[in-house]
Order: sequence, then structure tokens, then C-alpha cells
Amino acid sequence: MSDIAVGLLLLFSAGLVLTAAIGLTRLPDFFQRLHAPALASTLGNWCVALASIVHFSMREEGLSLHVWLIAILLSITAPVTTMVLARAGLFRRRQAGDALPPPLGGSSTPDATDTPAAADER
Amino acid sequence: MSPFLSTAITITLSLHALAMALGVLRLLRGPAAQDRVLALDFLFTVAMLTMLVLAIRYDSSMYFEPALLMALCGFVSSLATAKFLLRGEVIE
Repeated sequence: MSDIAVGLLLLFSAGLVLTAAIGLTRLPDFFQRLHAPALASTLGNWCVALASIVHFSMREEGLSLHVWLIAILLSITAPVTTMVLARAGLFRRRQAGDALPPPLGGSSTPDATDTPAAADER
Repeated sequence: MSPFLSTAITITLSLHALAMALGVLRLLRGPAAQDRVLALDFLFTVAMLTMLVLAIRYDSSMYFEPALLMALCGFVSSLATAKFLLRGEVIE
């Protein structure tokens, strides 16, 4: 019974990881590609950790929760990596003078550093 | 281990291998340096997930420490490389 749950969780996470890989390969822009690996490092990772917890808790007596440490660690570190990488990508694109994605509309007080004019002055 | 779980683990490992191949494709083809860093970070994540699946496959909790180390090293290396791309130096 627990084997079925573990297998289904593993298959679901494998589908998520494959979706993330296809997104990483197929999406046209860097800032769109930045979104794809989050699938693997959040929900895919949680499903594998849950499958591992279920499997080892059924085998040995008592809960074996140490895999949860990896899930928590990756959940904390994945946004940090993504944000620093996004800033690095933005910085390098401005340095190269490439076309940037437009700033999000609707903001009444646009940040001066986000406009293309600021990139030109630099 | 039931046949269903064995088949599921085989399919999962194959899909992870396919995902890593696609990540390597982006790593080799990526037009900018930040694309390559992103692909490397993704490869670290998938390798860590593969370690956890192998722990279930071989019924051994020995795979937990490599997975934890891989997650940590992936985070530190990605952060250091991204910081290098951002500033030109890692530690200011």
C-alpha cells in the first residue's frame, strides 16, 4: 500500500522535473527560463522527500524525518539563488545594451534604475 | 519492493536522466553566462533528487548525506558564480 503512494509521488515529481527541464530548454528568454527550475526545486523536491519519508518510515519503526532537512534547505536557498541570478542577468543585459523586458506597468512611482534611460546613462 | 514501485523508480530515473540531458543541452548552448549558471544549478538539483530516488531504490539511508552535500554545494557554487557575474568578484 505504501509502495503505491511512494511510486505515485516519485512519478509526479519526475513529471515536474521533466517539465522544468523542457521549460529550461524551450523558453525563449533568460528571464522566462529563470522560472522553470523552481518547479524541480520546490514541488518536485517536496514530493521526493515525502516519498522518501513514507518509504523509510514504513520500513523502520518510527518516523525518519531527516530527508525533510533537504527539502527545507532547498526551499530556503532556491529563491536566493534565483534572485541573485536575476539581478546578475539584468546587470549584464544592461551592460551589453540589449533589449530588456519592459518594467511592470501600473506602478505610479517608477524606479529610476529600472528605466532604459538609466541604463543608457551608465 | 513491489513491482509497481520498481517500475516507478525505473521510469523516474529515466526521466531524471532525460531532464539532465536537456539541462546539459542548455548548459552547452546557453547564449549568456547566466544561462549556463542556471543550467548548472538545475543539474545540481536533479542530481540531488536522483540521490534521494536511489536511496529508495537501494533501501539505504547512506544516500542522505551526499544529497545534503550536493544541495549545499549547488547553492554555494551558484550563489558565488552569480555574485561573480554581478560584481566581478566573489568576496568584496
